[in-house]
Amino acid sequence: MTVLDIRDLSVDFATESGALQALRKVSMSVPENRIVGVVGESGCGKSTLINAILGLLADNGEVTSGEILFEGTHDLTTLAGTAMRDLRGQKIATVFQDPMGALNPVLSVGRQMRDIQYRSNLSRREKDARSIEMLRKVRIPDAEQRLVQFPHEFSGGMKQRIAIAMALMMEPSLLIADEPTTALDATLEVTIIELLKELQQQIGCSVLFISHHLGVIAELCDEMIVMYAGEVVESGTTRDVFHNARHPYTRKLLACDPARLTHRARRLPTIPGTLPDLRNRPEGCVFQARCELADATCSRMPPDEEIAPGHLARCWHTEASVMIGAGA
Amino acid sequence: MLRYALKRLGLGIIIVSVAMMMLFAMVYVIPGDPASVALGPRATQEMVESLRARMGLDQPIWIQFARFYMSAFRGDLGTEVLSGRPVLTVVLEQLPFTLTLIAGAISWSVLLGIPLGCIAAVKRGGFVDRVIGVLSVAVIAVPSFVIAIYSLLIFAVALQWLPAIGAGEPGNVISQLRHLILPSLAVGLGWVGYIARIVRASMLETLEASHIRTARAFGLTDRRITYSYALRIAVLPTITLLGVGIGHMLSSSVFAEIVFARPGIGKLVYEAISVRNYPIVTGAVLVTTVFFVVVNVIADIVIGALDPRVRASFD
Repeated sequence: MTVLDIRDLSVDFATESGALQALRKVSMSVPENRIVGVVGESGCGKSTLINAILGLLADNGEVTSGEILFEGTHDLTTLAGTAMRDLRGQKIATVFQDPMGALNPVLSVGRQMRDIQYRSNLSRREKDARSIEMLRKVRIPDAEQRLVQFPHEFSGGMKQRIAIAMALMMEPSLLIADEPTTALDATLEVTIIELLKELQQQIGCSVLFISHHLGVIAELCDEMIVMYAGEVVESGTTRDVFHNARHPYTRKLLACDPARLTHRARRLPTIPGTLPDLRNRPEGCVFQARCELADATCSRMPPDEEIAPGHLARCWHTEASVMIGAGA
Repeated sequence: MLRYALKRLGLGIIIVSVAMMMLFAMVYVIPGDPASVALGPRATQEMVESLRARMGLDQPIWIQFARFYMSAFRGDLGTEVLSGRPVLTVVLEQLPFTLTLIAGAISWSVLLGIPLGCIAAVKRGGFVDRVIGVLSVAVIAVPSFVIAIYSLLIFAVALQWLPAIGAGEPGNVISQLRHLILPSLAVGLGWVGYIARIVRASMLETLEASHIRTARAFGLTDRRITYSYALRIAVLPTITLLGVGIGHMLSSSVFAEIVFARPGIGKLVYEAISVRNYPIVTGAVLVTTVFFVVVNVIADIVIGALDPRVRASFD
């Protein structure tokens, strides 16, 4: 079964200088019990995608086309406020990027963990017991004593573990992890990743894991999608995308990963050019301005070319693209 | 928390001491001899000398200063020259009237200002927000004595809904409350505007915070997010503002007490100044200063109780 199925999702933001198309015809799915990674540079629409799923788009944002099917039945784009709220925290939980700011600074951790269980019929004491159980699961020492403490009394890594405990408390079927390790240092990153993977298997939920860290995606995810300027340019199993990337952007992105450099470089590799202005999207391929393979065909919208079963690349030149980055 | 409270208290004591020093210096440099003013132009030199000696004005300045401190510390603010009653008694008699007036003003400003600020923030950019914005600025701009005079004319003289003067019959709470409504509105109305503006601004800032997004992502209701999660943070600046605003309210209560012919510290000081009754002036100002400092210590402690980060920064 597919937990999350997004089809042709487009999201526009109304700005003073016209409509900004943040997502264009995004299609992706998160199968049951799988971890799907979303990778892309800043501004590629990762956060908009999450907010669209959660129904938390800013006031000026609007879903202009497509649907977001959750567990095959609910279309999250049309779900009314209360029905959507009932899913949030309960069925769809989120861990955000910034552990420092993600918890309310003036309420104790225990109070916040109790509050998110407001739908359950448990007594106050039972809810606290459940919170302690979750804190133990994410390996917070002295969980009982720490329940009365406030967020500023915890380190960044601990706060992120508390956030994970809160997210998984209701045993959701989908966990959205929005760059959960970006704000942490490298050693903490590894522990958090391992913890996430372990808990995911325990609970049996699916994870949508957003990151711009390719190493983490490779380590954790079963499948991945690559986003560029609000479009999914390539998707497939992590193995296919890493070993047989066919979209020029994916190939260049992989070539830029410092972890892949085999020798000491004077300059880190970059992709020349910048993201296109999303208020005036180019006709056709969104990457053409920065692509060395671009030609006249690219001014028409490229198809989602199937490279292998389940491996798609939105490009006219999936054959020729294998040459890109080969020399890097 | 105790350590934090003690630190705030210690700071308060230092502020009172410094204020006393300035008060003493101020009275000392005011031209005009209080003894001869008190006795009038026909007093003989001997009478003036004897009164000066009784008031301690013949002593060197540092002795006067030390005496002022020592006796103030014992709660003795001197005796009123003409009636011979202790200054502290005279001031404390009037204090409750001013305290209720200010408590009334704070009630108006908190009970109206905080909800209006919240509503404006939640409905930001909308019609309601704009109406609240315009009204807030309007009431901030109007001086409190203007509000005092007009509310007196409208509600007491023209409509005769509420009593015009006095503080109500002693012992009759209903009568006292009815007498409190207009003066406290005069003092507090501007603060309704201030607080609505401040709450709106800090509420908007708080609602943008990422922990609010987390709360939404956990499916908490909008009501709980706004009034419990966000407001708890957004009221913090209001408490500081009110603590400082007490000083402003004290000075506008002078007008309110005169316009509504209410007893109170403001009226007492006003009358004492016009007859150069310095012991009353210094006594009243000192008591008011202590009140102001105590209120601010309380405000700090309340903030400490509401914001664990503030407590932590003092440990």
